[in-house]
Amino acid sequence: MSIETSEILGHFGQYGGRFVPEALIGALNELEAAHVAAQKDPVFQAELAELHRTYTGRPSIITEAKRFAQHAGGARILLKREDLNHTGSHKINNVLGQALLTKKMGKQRIIAETGAGQHGVASATAAALMGLDCVVYMGEEDTRRQALNVARMKLLGAEVIPVTTGSKTLKDAINEAMRDWVTNVSTTHYLLGTVAGPHPFPTMVRDFHKIIGEEARAQVLQLIGKLPDAVLACVGGGSNAIGIFHEFIPDTQVRLIGLEAGGDGVETGRHAATITGGSPGVLHGTRSYVLQDKDGQTIESHSISAGLDYPGVGPEHAYLHDIGRAEYRAINDDAAMNAFALLCKTEGIIPAIESAHALAGALIVGQELGPDATLLINLSGRGDKDVSTAAEYFGIKL
Amino acid sequence: MTSTALDQLFQKTRAENRAALIAYIPAGFPSKAGCERAIKALAESGVDAIEIGFPYSDPVMDGPTIQEAAEISLKGGTSAADVFSALKTASSSGVAAVVMTYWNPIEKYGVDEFAQSIRENGGSGVITPDLTIEESGRWLSATSKHEINPIYVVAPSTSDLRLGEVTSKTGGFVYAASVMGVTGARTNVSVDASELVQRVRTTTSLPVSVGLGVSTREQAKQVAAYADGVIVGSAFIKLLLNAASEDEGIAAISELAKELALGVREGR
Repeated sequence: MSIETSEILGHFGQYGGRFVPEALIGALNELEAAHVAAQKDPVFQAELAELHRTYTGRPSIITEAKRFAQHAGGARILLKREDLNHTGSHKINNVLGQALLTKKMGKQRIIAETGAGQHGVASATAAALMGLDCVVYMGEEDTRRQALNVARMKLLGAEVIPVTTGSKTLKDAINEAMRDWVTNVSTTHYLLGTVAGPHPFPTMVRDFHKIIGEEARAQVLQLIGKLPDAVLACVGGGSNAIGIFHEFIPDTQVRLIGLEAGGDGVETGRHAATITGGSPGVLHGTRSYVLQDKDGQTIESHSISAGLDYPGVGPEHAYLHDIGRAEYRAINDDAAMNAFALLCKTEGIIPAIESAHALAGALIVGQELGPDATLLINLSGRGDKDVSTAAEYFGIKL
Repeated sequence: MTSTALDQLFQKTRAENRAALIAYIPAGFPSKAGCERAIKALAESGVDAIEIGFPYSDPVMDGPTIQEAAEISLKGGTSAADVFSALKTASSSGVAAVVMTYWNPIEKYGVDEFAQSIRENGGSGVITPDLTIEESGRWLSATSKHEINPIYVVAPSTSDLRLGEVTSKTGGFVYAASVMGVTGARTNVSVDASELVQRVRTTTSLPVSVGLGVSTREQAKQVAAYADGVIVGSAFIKLLLNAASEDEGIAAISELAKELALGVREGR
């Protein structure tokens, strides 16, 4: 396939771009302009940095997981603790940035989609902090899996709308949010939660998350005097992964490894490993890898982790994969839950099931690289929201 | 480029000083056989052109009515082959026929191959509601090569500058989305629609058709006063969804088509 040339930015090789109704072009241009201006605006940057220092709790710390590392071939395991951020995951980085942009654009209402509920909670939090109206679309199936987060969003003053169409999960929540946006675009900002969607979202959301890698690179250098051998992160849409990868992209000696949700196993067809098991296509406004059938219909994804249960992936990951700068592997539900339990018992940290996919990857990559290697893992979220799922999986009676 | 059946239709309706009536129906809805019957019934009841919808799993431009129809169609196993079969039925029934589809099915089918199959099945063009002109390079080469109309959708929020850019790439007619929002029958067709049509006309001499919301003879008459084409989709689909049987549904859409065909002749 030829690489199309285009006047608009936002392409990563043949990926990215804009595949949206004409009605949204004005809003996307407005958003792109606001983002570009904010990136260069020292006042905006200072405002965001102050929020991160006094509200998010940045910089997030690095924890060395020595007991966990004994199960990973003895490699040094360094955890970037995004789970310690306010609201419990990396999602707050992007949400505060976009909420500030919303105010700059003079809009009073934000809408968001959520899968696991982490982005919905973060959006509801930012809306409460900044006095914005907030509506969160969430697949009906996910509202059941993540009932605790639904309650959190409501406590924070957001309206949660269960989505009953299609597979009733994240992809359908995005469809519904886009329909709302097309209808209410003059008053509403769509606060998209991952590095997918039409330009400028993949670039903008990455820019708000790249602080993870900027901090981590400096922290690792200070701690061990050199760069890590590999950086690992789970990949659903891919926001926490691009956030920690981005600063390391020029460091070509550092391997970048994304762990996708293998569900019951990629070979079973019941998975959410979009790069490992999908093919190039267009979904939700961007060209990237997609789980699709022969007619281009989206195939429903499956994962024990609601936050990774998405049949698309950010276009920059598709590009990093194709050029060989990053590698992507699938971690099955069972391997992820094993790593989840292991971190709980060896380190006293309950990770999000999403992040447990990265931990499971570390157990494998650590064995491959041996005891001299240092692995940096993005612990993107905490597991409080997953306690009922984990209890059910491990047969613990609540 | 040689002129398509769609181009010829608008020459005819302009000569008759009336608007064209354009109906939308998803392939495979209400069933594969029912769709073929519905197409023939619409063509016999005064519809001038038919848009065959390619049902898609993630229709972000569509309201609940077309979503439901697409879901029924996909559950019935509708494939690309069924879309082209419906297109052929329409183009053989004496009406201009086009396909309306989200972009991914075209990309998956093969961009050039899709345009070729449209042509081979008597289609005049394709409406691509989520294909922006910036991403249209390969598509426009294919539509030009296979001599079909690339039909783009414009919205009330589209700037004057951009309207000119979009209409310069468009063939057949310009699809003016009358309101900011998704598809679905509405009580009032927005006043935005006539303003948008006026703005489009400053950029192109192409026919302009108005879609999103028309469901009655009176609305068709109002829109026909200023537009070259009146597009009706959700109103037909609602009748098919609510009917007790396919026969009843097809009788109901024939009735509505006859009413609307009167409406598009009363506007001027």
